[in-house]
Amino acid sequence: MRRVSSLWLFAALVILLPVIALFSMTVGTVSISIAEAFGAAVAAVLPGSEIAGQTQVILFDIRLPRILLAVLVGAVLASTGAVMQGLFRNPLADPSLIGVSGGASVGASLMIVLAGGAVESGMLMGLSLVAAGAFVGGFAATLLVYRLATSGIGTSVTTMLLAGIAIGALAGALNSLLSYFADNDMLRQISLWQMGNLSAASWAKVSIMGLVALILLVRFPRDSRALNALLLGESEARHLGIDVQRVKRRLIVLTALGVGVSVALAGMVGFVGLVIPHVVRLLIGPDHRWLVPCSALAGAILLVVADSLARVVVLPAELPTGILTALLGAPFFIALLLQQRREV
Amino acid sequence: MTLRAENISLHLSGFDLLRNVSMQVEPGMVTAIVGPNGAGKSSLLRVLTGELAATKGDVTLNRHDLNHWPVEQKAQMLAVLPQHSLLNFPFTANEVVGLGRIPHQTGTLKDAEIVAQALTLVDAEYLQKRYYTQMSGGEKQRVQLARVLAQIWLPCETGDQFLVLDEPTAAFDLAHQQLTLDIVRQLAARGVGVVMVLHDLNLAARCADNLVVFDGGLVAAQGAPEQVLTEQLIDQVFGVKAMIARHPLTNKPLVIT
Repeated sequence: MRRVSSLWLFAALVILLPVIALFSMTVGTVSISIAEAFGAAVAAVLPGSEIAGQTQVILFDIRLPRILLAVLVGAVLASTGAVMQGLFRNPLADPSLIGVSGGASVGASLMIVLAGGAVESGMLMGLSLVAAGAFVGGFAATLLVYRLATSGIGTSVTTMLLAGIAIGALAGALNSLLSYFADNDMLRQISLWQMGNLSAASWAKVSIMGLVALILLVRFPRDSRALNALLLGESEARHLGIDVQRVKRRLIVLTALGVGVSVALAGMVGFVGLVIPHVVRLLIGPDHRWLVPCSALAGAILLVVADSLARVVVLPAELPTGILTALLGAPFFIALLLQQRREV
Repeated sequence: MTLRAENISLHLSGFDLLRNVSMQVEPGMVTAIVGPNGAGKSSLLRVLTGELAATKGDVTLNRHDLNHWPVEQKAQMLAVLPQHSLLNFPFTANEVVGLGRIPHQTGTLKDAEIVAQALTLVDAEYLQKRYYTQMSGGEKQRVQLARVLAQIWLPCETGDQFLVLDEPTAAFDLAHQQLTLDIVRQLAARGVGVVMVLHDLNLAARCADNLVVFDGGLVAAQGAPEQVLTEQLIDQVFGVKAMIARHPLTNKPLVIT
């Protein structure tokens, strides 16, 4: 497949993201025209202007935080996916391979089952318990996988992949066990959570996610040349002056943080971390200096689009966002694989 | 200043891979390591480049312990070409060779110039925009060679530079074998110390200033090829009856089996 220019793709994505986000402001159970959304956006910046109260509430208390959360979660999932694929030298790797998603889902299920009442009441306490459980579970699983793969001579990427699969299987079993003991309500909550959902977005969640995204997007570019060198192999990267062990540890911790917080706040949103970096790499090649930022932008766009669709496809109800990302992502991915196969 | 291994022993999972090996690579000289399969040649290279820590003995680069050099400075002085490459991402040849410039801060323009020159030197300028994953074995190895050449393209202020090659000619046809040895001699003329594992005794004899013969984790002989290569040694180390003649033009030893 012929490449497109990295700069061109980056510029296109930078322009596309705000346009799509603005368009997404108009989509939902209550339709609001682009002009109204735009007017409201201007009005919010310029003091002294008045807009209708209900529109303002829908736009700024419901839709805007939700869109921003989608942007941030999408950017974090896709950029960590790009980083993991580079680190594992496997174009089909995924942040879930280091155990973070599996661990997070066990943590969340455990909290739903243990603190069932509190969660059911929809109280902030209950929701943050699930989020905290997911985060702790994700981090603990990553730590375990990392420990299993690290010996005196460094961290073996192959062992880590295998350990990630083992921990993933263990997490699956624990999840089934918890589901088995859960009552109907809990079961519904567990499965809804596992489908990934952005509908509970709030400004508090946006600010936590924003902080994490900022940390990741500032730190990742510093390691992009190291990631390029790592594609050659670990000893080759060492001979190119890369402190491989430190880079690995840093990237794994950042990924566990990013994915752990994403999963905690938005549930399991699949496919973004796998498909987006892969597609972007097919378009512009594997240079991480462009791959990581372009993936972040494309991931943000995909999640905003998926979430907008999730709000309207089954009006007046809503679909969980994770279902939409998989429904959108999978056929696109298959089409790309088919095209690649034709060209080889 | 040198790349020096002093009294190296290496035990790994119950096996003695290297026993009391001492050798040194001088700047401006080409050192070739030969020996039967499993003799410990690659283990020695891995110890020399700091990939494996020796159980006993020291490796020094330009008078300092190899592992005491900051990683980036070490990379400016020591470039290593492995036998096999794991790269399976579709970088172009330009991008692969560009990776060799990571330890240096010479700027994008200068780097691009070096990348183009290195690719031309290894007869791979036609590969510039081609994808690594779609190249033949010999083309891949030439691009990798260009990468390590780009890494030590300019002299380094910190100290003498060394190039370590593990069977660089294994994937090459006759013309490119010749080309590789010419490049190695040019580098030596520029003051780079080159050490390489070779299987072809005649190539080694023609190119090397210093020949190290390995057998069973021990150095069986080392010195100038003319002195080291004897019928008796080849019988003893490789178990092959051979005759040693002289090349009619270069007067280098020629092993005839």
